Amino acid sequence: MPKYTLSVNNKQMSVEVDADTPLLWVLRDELNLVGTKYGCGVAQCGACTIHYNGNPVRSCQLPVSAVGNGKVVTIEGLSENGDHPVQQAWIEMDVAQCGYCQAGQIMAAAALLKKNSNPSDEEIDTTITNICRCGTNVRIRKAIHLAASKGGKS
Amino acid sequence: MIAGGGMLVGFSALSNSETGDNTEATPFSPNAYIKISTDGKITLMSPNPEIGQGVKTSLVMLIAEEMNVDWQTIEVEIAPLDAKYGSQTTGGSGAIRSRYAPLRQAGATAKAMLMAAAADTWGVAVTECYAEKGFIVHKNSGKKLSYGELATKAAGMPVPANVPLKDPKDFTIIGTRVKDVDAKAIVTGKPLFGIDTRKEGMLFAVVARPPAHGKKLQSFDDSAALKVNGVKKVVQVKNSVAVLATSTWAAMKGRTALKINWEDASKLESTTDHEKAFRDLLSKPAATPNRNDGDVDAAMSAATKVLDVMYEVPVLSHAQMEPLNFYADVRDGKAELYGPTQVPQSLVSAVAKELNIPATNVSLGLPRQGGGFGRKLRPDNGVEAALVSQAAQCPVQVQWSREDDMQNDYYRPSGMFRFKAAIKDGNLEAWHQSFASLSNGRSPDTYPAGAVQNLKIESHSLPTNIPTGPWRAPTHNVQAFANESFMDEVAHELKKDPVAFRLELLKKAKEQPVGKLAYDPDKFISVIELVAKMCNWGKTPANTYRGFSTWFSFNSYVAQVVEIQMLKGKPRITKVYCAVHCGKVVNVSGAENQVQGAVVDGLGHAVYTKLTFNNGAAVQTNFGPYNFVRMRNTPLDVVVQFVPSEENPTGLGEPGLPPIAPALANALFAATGKRFRKMPFVDDIQFA
Repeated sequence: MPKYTLSVNNKQMSVEVDADTPLLWVLRDELNLVGTKYGCGVAQCGACTIHYNGNPVRSCQLPVSAVGNGKVVTIEGLSENGDHPVQQAWIEMDVAQCGYCQAGQIMAAAALLKKNSNPSDEEIDTTITNICRCGTNVRIRKAIHLAASKGGKS
Repeated sequence: MIAGGGMLVGFSALSNSETGDNTEATPFSPNAYIKISTDGKITLMSPNPEIGQGVKTSLVMLIAEEMNVDWQTIEVEIAPLDAKYGSQTTGGSGAIRSRYAPLRQAGATAKAMLMAAAADTWGVAVTECYAEKGFIVHKNSGKKLSYGELATKAAGMPVPANVPLKDPKDFTIIGTRVKDVDAKAIVTGKPLFGIDTRKEGMLFAVVARPPAHGKKLQSFDDSAALKVNGVKKVVQVKNSVAVLATSTWAAMKGRTALKINWEDASKLESTTDHEKAFRDLLSKPAATPNRNDGDVDAAMSAATKVLDVMYEVPVLSHAQMEPLNFYADVRDGKAELYGPTQVPQSLVSAVAKELNIPATNVSLGLPRQGGGFGRKLRPDNGVEAALVSQAAQCPVQVQWSREDDMQNDYYRPSGMFRFKAAIKDGNLEAWHQSFASLSNGRSPDTYPAGAVQNLKIESHSLPTNIPTGPWRAPTHNVQAFANESFMDEVAHELKKDPVAFRLELLKKAKEQPVGKLAYDPDKFISVIELVAKMCNWGKTPANTYRGFSTWFSFNSYVAQVVEIQMLKGKPRITKVYCAVHCGKVVNVSGAENQVQGAVVDGLGHAVYTKLTFNNGAAVQTNFGPYNFVRMRNTPLDVVVQFVPSEENPTGLGEPGLPPIAPALANALFAATGKRFRKMPFVDDIQFA
């Protein structure tokens, strides 16, 4: 099997996997970074959202062979101490119910705030397309506004 | 962060006190729910599985309240399966209801023993001491000892019976807003879930199951599958074939490479067959009505107008975000299990039976779970993993794909209702409802039974090989839609305000009930009046249309108002008001979250979602085709208020869902003049 060296959360990590292996499964099964979640495998639900060169990407659709030198950041690497403004806002708003989709939601929200520091409801609604089966959507929207008010792009 | 090399995660509940620190002893454990170590660490156990309903936080609040501990300093664990925790089933919105008194008693008992230990140490009367934030304090001298310092001595104190519980007015934790105890772990991606299990020697497995209900395994060829990089083993388990590999992806590729012949074992059913059969069933009376008050037929004959309409609901998948999975290690006549389930006890019994070993040889640890909604009331995911481990002779994590989940669900049954109402002299004289469904679910005493002079409830169940099961607020989730939409039709026909009409019916149920009354009209009235006040009913904002609905389920009462606006002819749901009577609210933040979530869940499924079958195969097998609510379809706000109550808590995980679909259907009628009698509504109207 081919060998790949990836930049994940600012560390160089090596894996030997088939070229078509989605980054999602490399993170979860090879690198033991299980915060990135599997939900659908077809880029619909967003549970596997990571940052790739700063952009939100559904890692179930990114084969390891296409990652190259791109910088991958997962929920584990979003902040050093788990205190990114979006993570703080999620705790403050007590967003989670089951919590399974929230890593993907947070990564999508953090990427949005990096590009747009004060998004409107409309901008949140069209950008955040992740699925939450528990229906925490109302609190997610409020938490994004809260993170924005705290300078959420850091 | 976990280093590589298969560190065990989330298993701490299996050993008694695996904490990572060097405390060797947990000297004080007066009952199964409480552990206090000499260094002051206090661990409280949540006895029911956490599936997103918030019990890992709220059940522990009950213990902590009576113990007078500092909420910020305690550790919380999900209890493993153990008989000492009683029934650990999670379903029917029952955890808080059934454990409200016992868990408070557990906390109060511990506090009493700590106080006795302190009084004994100081040689003073217990009545001179009080408990505060993890300390016992002597009133006169101000001396204090921490629970940790007292732990060893407290363990030797006699266990008192029936310790008095606090007066609710003295609560400092119950009835406040407490954040989920796992909030930080969730937002930082810690390995909390069953799917995150990693253990030495474990292989990842996926299973090829019959591709349609009604098919079974005939033969298979695994030679190509075994050549896939990473694939280690292929085993047959009953009607399925499992591929085991060093990664989930390799197992999935191995499964694709299997050549399997499936054969027909029974009829291959399609949704169109079901719909035709429902219509046939509804054209005839049922053998015996479920309820029959007065004389419906006579009232229909005497009516000046009879409303006669049909309502329809589709099959739904549970679609919990965490696809099913389970870890199993079966060897030497023992099984070690870890994974998501709502029924720990029956899962262990089923595994023991399948493996033909005593249930005492089966251990089960419980992770936090990525949703349940009723799917995990069936133990099939755990049983299958145990059989795969047994056949492959190694520890295994069986992972389901989303497609596996949607093809192999115990679905929310589809159904069709026929409603008739007799109108005479401006009154509702008779109510006749018939329900045909893939299940036999019915709730004959549901409101408006008791409030209508002549009322008949009938049900028909259609035999099927499509597996069905409970789905959040079973039966209620379809019954409320049909009942409360039809109630709005009746109110409109009578030219009565929808809120005033419900209040009139409930007043009748209170003053002159007809037959058995299964609800409390006063509590019903309390939520209707509260929601009317919250939204200023009767004063609809400009460019806005409203729908109202109310429902009683799991001993709780909910009334809701939906507001929509029409944007270029397309409805946009803007705001929802909810009033809830669920007895004492334990965690206000969690409770509000449950109701807000139920509203989004109920709206989403009413508008967008259906699952259909073609020759036994699910047509929609993943999100996308299985259309699902997203942020852009979510109301801008969902406002929740609880009727103040000191009564014991009633259900809350489910009751917020049933009334929302009819409230929306009624708002759509107000906006468009059209009735929406078939879910999902998006088949008939495009939303903004």
